[in-house]
Amino acid sequence: MYALPGRHVILALFIVFLLLPIYWLINMSFKTNGEITSTMTLWPLQPTLANYRVIFTDPSWYLSYVNSLEYVLINTVLSVSLALPAAYAFSRYNFLGDKHLFFWLLTNRMAPAAVFALPFFNLYSAIGLFDTPWAVALAHCLFNIPLAVWILEGFISGVPREIDETAFLDGYSFPRFFMKILLPLIASGVGVAAFFCFMFSWVELLLARTLTSVNAKPIAATMTRTVSAAGMDWGVLAAAGVLTLIPGAVVIWFVRNYIARGFALGRV
Amino acid sequence: MEKIPNQKAWFLVLPVFALVAFSAVIPLMTVVNYSVQDTFGNNKFFWNGIGWYQELLSPSTELGGRFFASLWRNLAFSAIVLAIEMPLGIVIALAMPREGWGVAFSLVVLALPLLIPWNVVGTIWQIFGRTDIGLLGYTLHWLGSDYNYVASPLDAWLTIIAMDVWHWSSLVALLCYAGLKSIPEAFYQAASIDGASRWAVFWAIQLPKMKRVLLIAGLLRFMDSFMIYTEPFVVTGGGPGNSTTFLSIELVKLALGQFDLGKAAAMSIVYMLIIIIVCWVYYTVMTNAGEDRGSARGGP
Repeated sequence: MYALPGRHVILALFIVFLLLPIYWLINMSFKTNGEITSTMTLWPLQPTLANYRVIFTDPSWYLSYVNSLEYVLINTVLSVSLALPAAYAFSRYNFLGDKHLFFWLLTNRMAPAAVFALPFFNLYSAIGLFDTPWAVALAHCLFNIPLAVWILEGFISGVPREIDETAFLDGYSFPRFFMKILLPLIASGVGVAAFFCFMFSWVELLLARTLTSVNAKPIAATMTRTVSAAGMDWGVLAAAGVLTLIPGAVVIWFVRNYIARGFALGRV
Repeated sequence: MEKIPNQKAWFLVLPVFALVAFSAVIPLMTVVNYSVQDTFGNNKFFWNGIGWYQELLSPSTELGGRFFASLWRNLAFSAIVLAIEMPLGIVIALAMPREGWGVAFSLVVLALPLLIPWNVVGTIWQIFGRTDIGLLGYTLHWLGSDYNYVASPLDAWLTIIAMDVWHWSSLVALLCYAGLKSIPEAFYQAASIDGASRWAVFWAIQLPKMKRVLLIAGLLRFMDSFMIYTEPFVVTGGGPGNSTTFLSIELVKLALGQFDLGKAAAMSIVYMLIIIIVCWVYYTVMTNAGEDRGSARGGP
């Protein structure tokens, strides 16, 4: 009833448009550089795993995946756990300057990373965190904490306050109420907030690259190495790119049932 | 829901406040500091007042010219991608299946581009558009076009716009889909009893229900397209010439390339002010729209 005319065709065309460039990257990652540059083939004629072997045998390659995941996970845990009480406060209470504070938090989500690159470099060098995952994780909190507060506030507002009041009458202390009653009720909201923190920290490059040099270098920065005096190593570049798709795809698979509501930040 | 006045709530907000203040206020003060000083090197700074701002805001100077050129370019880019992505997102959301295995499949495929690191997005399109090894560029050449995003500013723009549509339309579509899912089936039944046309249902039921998520989508898309850096930088490096040098690319060139700290800092401040003002207006409209909804439904 009231379906869009030709909706299957529209959706199919859009999905092809989305998948074609990704397919091309995957296709290239299984070719040799000779095949990439000399002929135009729609699929690898001589499939090879050599490009992936380069990445999995060189620590400076595979460790940069570990580095990336390390700061992404620190950031996600930090952002969500700090944002939870704040979101509860914004959702339930009026307090001095609450609206201004909320907007000020959001302005940090709007701040261009380019503005903060240089001052962050100075700040984290000064306190000795430069080139550690903590520097990147803390820097990404700048835009992830506001987002997490925003999402969780939406989900907590969906829980009726009578539940809080009943729990307090039953003698629950605030921390116990928070852990035992509120958290299970907004579990999907926590998942969604974590998903968004993971996503925005995983895809960001400018700050991650500026705040690291060797030890905590993210995969995105390592990928620029494939440009060398001998020309582009297209195959390895493509293989490295394909490997960066995997964490995202895994995370999407786990949250697929919450994705629709999650993207509306809990406020449909 | 009525909120209770309670000043102790500040304690719950304090950790977030402290951390964000640490990573926002201290760096921002550094930027303000640089923006009113000049240096001859050796870490010796002296007071320059509003000199950098005057230079930045007068289009006749070299700095001002660069700033305004990249500002107009960036505004044009944001306008174009919003004009394409918002309607496209609505159409895709309407075309999505409502039940069955197709839901999970299309949700996962749609979300995929959103979780690709931004430089990899750039790499994907850089490769895809190349006329020697990329499917898109090769096909266009084979069809007789002289498409070349490295040499032609128009082709560079088309590539970057296609990339952004590819990258972000899904976000709009997923938001709208969430809005559509919240419409009870009874609304459609009532509409069909009234003999409403397909168009009338869209106009009177679906679009109003999507209004709020569309506002969120517009806000997110404006902010992110106005801050865009990594993707065009990987594909074109801001070229050919300066034709795809957006504000963030210009700023990084000034700050990390030339180490022109004063100029870069003044530009940062103006840049942020523009974004914050636009978003404040938007946010006010959004909050008001939310209150309208609340009073109309009379519920929480």
